[in-house]
Amino acid sequence: MSARRAPWAVALPLVLLLLWDVAVSRHWVAEGIIPAPAQVARSWYTWIFGASTASLSPYSGTWVANVLHSARRVLLGFVLAAAVGIPLGVFIGWNRLVARVVDPSIQLLRPVPITAWLPFAIAVFGIYDASALFLIGLGAFYPIVVNTTHGVRDTNLLLLRAARMLGAGPATVLTKVVFRSALPSIFTGLRLGIGVAWTAVIVAEMIAVKSGLGYVLWDAYYVGRMDICVATMFSVGLLGLASDQILLRVSRLVLRWRALEAHA
Amino acid sequence: MSTVSLRAVSKEFQARADRVLAVDGVDLAIAHNEFAAILGPSGCGKSTVLNMVAGFERPTRGRVLVDEQPVDAPGPQRGVVFQEAALFPWYTVLDNVTFGPRTRGVPPGAYRPKVEGLLDLVGLRGFERHYPAELSGGMKQRVGLARVLVMEPALLLMDEPFGSLDAQTRSVMQELLLSVWERHQQTVLFVTHDIEEALLLADTVVVMTARPGRIKTRIPVDLPRPRTLETTTSPRFNELKRQLLGLVRQDALT
Repeated sequence: MSARRAPWAVALPLVLLLLWDVAVSRHWVAEGIIPAPAQVARSWYTWIFGASTASLSPYSGTWVANVLHSARRVLLGFVLAAAVGIPLGVFIGWNRLVARVVDPSIQLLRPVPITAWLPFAIAVFGIYDASALFLIGLGAFYPIVVNTTHGVRDTNLLLLRAARMLGAGPATVLTKVVFRSALPSIFTGLRLGIGVAWTAVIVAEMIAVKSGLGYVLWDAYYVGRMDICVATMFSVGLLGLASDQILLRVSRLVLRWRALEAHA
Repeated sequence: MSTVSLRAVSKEFQARADRVLAVDGVDLAIAHNEFAAILGPSGCGKSTVLNMVAGFERPTRGRVLVDEQPVDAPGPQRGVVFQEAALFPWYTVLDNVTFGPRTRGVPPGAYRPKVEGLLDLVGLRGFERHYPAELSGGMKQRVGLARVLVMEPALLLMDEPFGSLDAQTRSVMQELLLSVWERHQQTVLFVTHDIEEALLLADTVVVMTARPGRIKTRIPVDLPRPRTLETTTSPRFNELKRQLLGLVRQDALT
């Protein structure tokens, strides 16, 4: 985000924050259910940095640890999904036989929501990290594999002909032409995938494990700490935004040639 | 150097339910070092003929031979320059030009001097690090030509390579091609719908008719070489042009 666009970007959030504050202070919402922004900010601060006086809050100072738990799960699940999804997508897009064998199963399983897999994951993997990684990996896998397949199928026939004419064998065509040409699509899949990964980590941590932001969210809800719930929502939102921005920067770096095309 | 011969070549395409005959019984022979132009209206199957010689497509009937060997796959001994340059957009000019030698495992030391000479020849010195998106249409075609010439192909196949360029750039590219060809004397098969282009460049103009594509006539171009843009103003050039115009127009009307 450029410095010039930043004021515009924060205008709407500020208005919404103000509206939220007014709604709470004017008692438009039932009292004691929705905390005021300032209350959320204070709780969030304590959650991150701990309290100077001995605090009764079990959340005090545990934010970083929980963020690390969730981020580690997202990263592992996402890397797993990419490691399987990208090569598989390339083969589905490139080879008609692989497409015929694998693609129908993927299309059949894809509409099953990640949440529906929860009981299955817990039954198979138990209340452990493996459960969470399975759900995150599976959720991120679909957009990655589908977009990779799409990108590979979209490869310009002329470029394939040009490569073969210049003496490229199947392996070179696949790595130097097909994969390169599919990269923009692959990055789209990765960005969608990391978004799903953050969704899946919250769902998984609410039920399948005992740590991380999702766990805190559900736990805080049970003990009536809506301020912590809201702070968790903000945390997940910011982490999701940050991970997407990182992927966006990487893709701009890798796809430099494409930015030039857009300006031409 | 290389010879091309097509013997009773036909090509059908599957279009929805029915089959379309794109090329019908084409017999064509191109000699060593000959510059042959295939001239015809769009959709007459001239690009299909070129694609079969390149090895991109196989004939439905008949045989396509290059140096008496049947063509069964594309390869670097038959260099193709496409209408849209078909450069790899993720590679720089230099990486595009060196794609062929790098792919075949030629050590950089072996191709580097040749590449530098070629970049000089096509006027791309100083643009080595540019991406195709940063180049004009004419420059893209120069890269397309250079990446093929670096393979030193015995046969050069060109599919309306200057068709999408503006008139000025097209003339410059035609003169460039003439100077390249006069130096290296490859066998060339050049597809175009531009009568003047065919006459300026070729030793032989093969006129094709449309739907299905058949060869109508073959006209030797007896204009002296070396040729330049000046050639297009000579009386003989205009005589040949009139003759070809008649042939092409006659076909367009039927």
